Amino acid sequence: MAKERNEKEQKHIFSLLVENQPGVLARIAGLFSARGYNIESLCVAPTVDPEISRVSLVTTGDEFILEQIKKQLNKLINVVKVYDYTQIPYVQRDLALVKVRAKPEHRAEILRIVDIFRSRVVDVSPDYYTVEITGDEDKIEAFLKLLRPMGIKEIARTGPVALARELV
Amino acid sequence: MFPIKLTGAQIFFKVLEEEKVEVIFGYPGGAVLDIYDELCRHENIRHVLVRHEQSAVHAADGYARASGKVGVCLVTSGPGATNTVTGIATAYMDSIPIVVFTGQVPTRLVGSDAFQEVDIVGITRSCTKHNYLVTDVNDLARIVKEAFYIARTGRPGPVLVDIPKDVQQATARYEPIKEIKLKSYKPVYKPNVKQLQRAISLIKKSKRPLILSGGGVVHARAHEELREFAEKIKSPVTSTLMGLGSFPPDSPLWLGMVGMHGTYAANMATGECDLLIGIGVRFDDRVTGKVDTFAPNAKIIHIDIDPTSIQKNVPVTVPVVGDCKITLSMLNKMLNEDGIDEKELEQIRKDWLFQIEEWKKSKPLKYEQKEGEIKPQYVIETLYELTKGDAIIATEVGQNQMWAAQFYKFHRPGQLLTSGGLGCMGYGFPAAIGAKVACPEKTVVDIAGDGSIQMNIQELATAIQNNIHVKVIILNNSYLGMVRQWQELFYERRYACTYLSYAPDFVKLADAYGAVGLRVEKPEEVRPVLEKALSIPNVVFVDVRIPPEENVYPMVPAGSPITEMILV
Repeated sequence: MAKERNEKEQKHIFSLLVENQPGVLARIAGLFSARGYNIESLCVAPTVDPEISRVSLVTTGDEFILEQIKKQLNKLINVVKVYDYTQIPYVQRDLALVKVRAKPEHRAEILRIVDIFRSRVVDVSPDYYTVEITGDEDKIEAFLKLLRPMGIKEIARTGPVALARELV
Repeated sequence: MFPIKLTGAQIFFKVLEEEKVEVIFGYPGGAVLDIYDELCRHENIRHVLVRHEQSAVHAADGYARASGKVGVCLVTSGPGATNTVTGIATAYMDSIPIVVFTGQVPTRLVGSDAFQEVDIVGITRSCTKHNYLVTDVNDLARIVKEAFYIARTGRPGPVLVDIPKDVQQATARYEPIKEIKLKSYKPVYKPNVKQLQRAISLIKKSKRPLILSGGGVVHARAHEELREFAEKIKSPVTSTLMGLGSFPPDSPLWLGMVGMHGTYAANMATGECDLLIGIGVRFDDRVTGKVDTFAPNAKIIHIDIDPTSIQKNVPVTVPVVGDCKITLSMLNKMLNEDGIDEKELEQIRKDWLFQIEEWKKSKPLKYEQKEGEIKPQYVIETLYELTKGDAIIATEVGQNQMWAAQFYKFHRPGQLLTSGGLGCMGYGFPAAIGAKVACPEKTVVDIAGDGSIQMNIQELATAIQNNIHVKVIILNNSYLGMVRQWQELFYERRYACTYLSYAPDFVKLADAYGAVGLRVEKPEEVRPVLEKALSIPNVVFVDVRIPPEENVYPMVPAGSPITEMILV
């Protein structure tokens, strides 16, 4: 089995429903660190049921590791459900807040880019615009690439959150 | 009845009584005083006072292994709690159902680095099946009840419950918990019938099947079902260290233990079989050797209650998630209804069974008996005879453990208590104490080394104070024997720090504690001294002087295929 490992590393998004209790996130993070799995990003927030939170988790690994991750997550007592979004259609969004230097000669250009990407300026200060953008990873990367020459001061990103298109 | 208000400590015992707890292994301290104070009012619950919290956990573990019930352990906060970690990890690796209760500083002090405060829930998160910090007395009954439920169901394991002092003192209305509602925890016991059908079709076609039985069969007490299954499909059986006792050792189908110190026949059969039926095993590296060359010709059917065990270390042809007892009895039933042609099966398996017999005869477990030397293997064989194979055997870890596994024959589940997964020295003596509490009518013997016995030797006081008459046989070679063996074979005999040039006089030490100490220095003394040790109604230490450089064979060097063994 070891032979097959590492050949097909794939990026993978899991969506977990977990009990909204202290320590649950530590159990999930601890599982990943103890077993040497990778967490690329992780997002947690309560669902419509306040007792349940949804965790969107991006990880990488070959199919054996991903199978283990799924089973190990299922084994945690506080994890109610593990959805694997690889085989099913799903929508995925990142949100980024970007603070970009707004020199007078760049302001029009920034606003044009913001407009093209259907993002918006959420805060303005004498020297900076703070811009909010949502979309998939590629869109955000493209956006950041265009803004970079103006001088990006700070970025806060959520990492992907995801939902299946149909109820699963 | 109108529910009355009780203190946390009282509620704690209410639930313990509902769970029919008979014994607690523990050690008091400031943060559990309220529970200890309440304990005095519950004469139906025996408390065994140990001398170190690690031993309380090992004893609860030994009690659980021997009885099949949940072991219970009670300690205080801080150092009391941290001392339990090794015991908890031992139970976790071997899937033993225990519940560990730790006292905690009052909730208002939690997080303030208070005296004797540690975050034991954080510390034990990765070595418990689940753990809890109780922050409200109204949750206490439910949490204690859940702890027992989680510990004993599915793949068993240790659960820790951390109870702050103010929660023990606070009062709440108490109503017995009737039903346990856990949103996400629903262990699968009944296997998928389609998978069983696939398994049966592979079994019928197989020319060279091999059953590998593990701790899961022992925990599920599925030994009867396993014997029926093996005889029905005419397959030889080997087992892991944890699986010893799951199959009758006098059956012609029995091959002995597999793995690093497994028998020649078992290891060769693993290499040659065309179908491996793993039942309640997890394919640990000490079993598989070099994993890429493990059972190279075999399709694998893997039956286990824990889905994470399946496809973890070896690729599996037919995965079956289910309880070993239920799965085996379903397989037996399906095979009966199917009507297997026994004659045909015998014909197909004839060459294989002949080959197995050849391996067994040509290279059985053996040792060289030299004039004037007390061979440890002989000591264990003699012990087997004198106890008529009926004793409960606990072991420490290392050579003593492997000789016990090889040369004592285990007839029933729960007869061998050994730290298989964690390999925890100091386990055997307290585990033997726990087992003797569970089965007072049985002879309980700890087979120890001079190194490991000293890791929990203070439990002599526990055994004496509580009249728990276990026997300890110290195979004394003045070395950390297994490590020395590795140094001899793989580190050119550089015995770095494995020579125990000083050890206490174990006979005098036993005497000082009020136990009986005996010494064996000549081979002819082995039998009479062991006889005496078994007949004395007291705790007995037997110090047996074995040759310092005796090795455990067969041995598969770590990372080699298990068919490449160093033999005697």
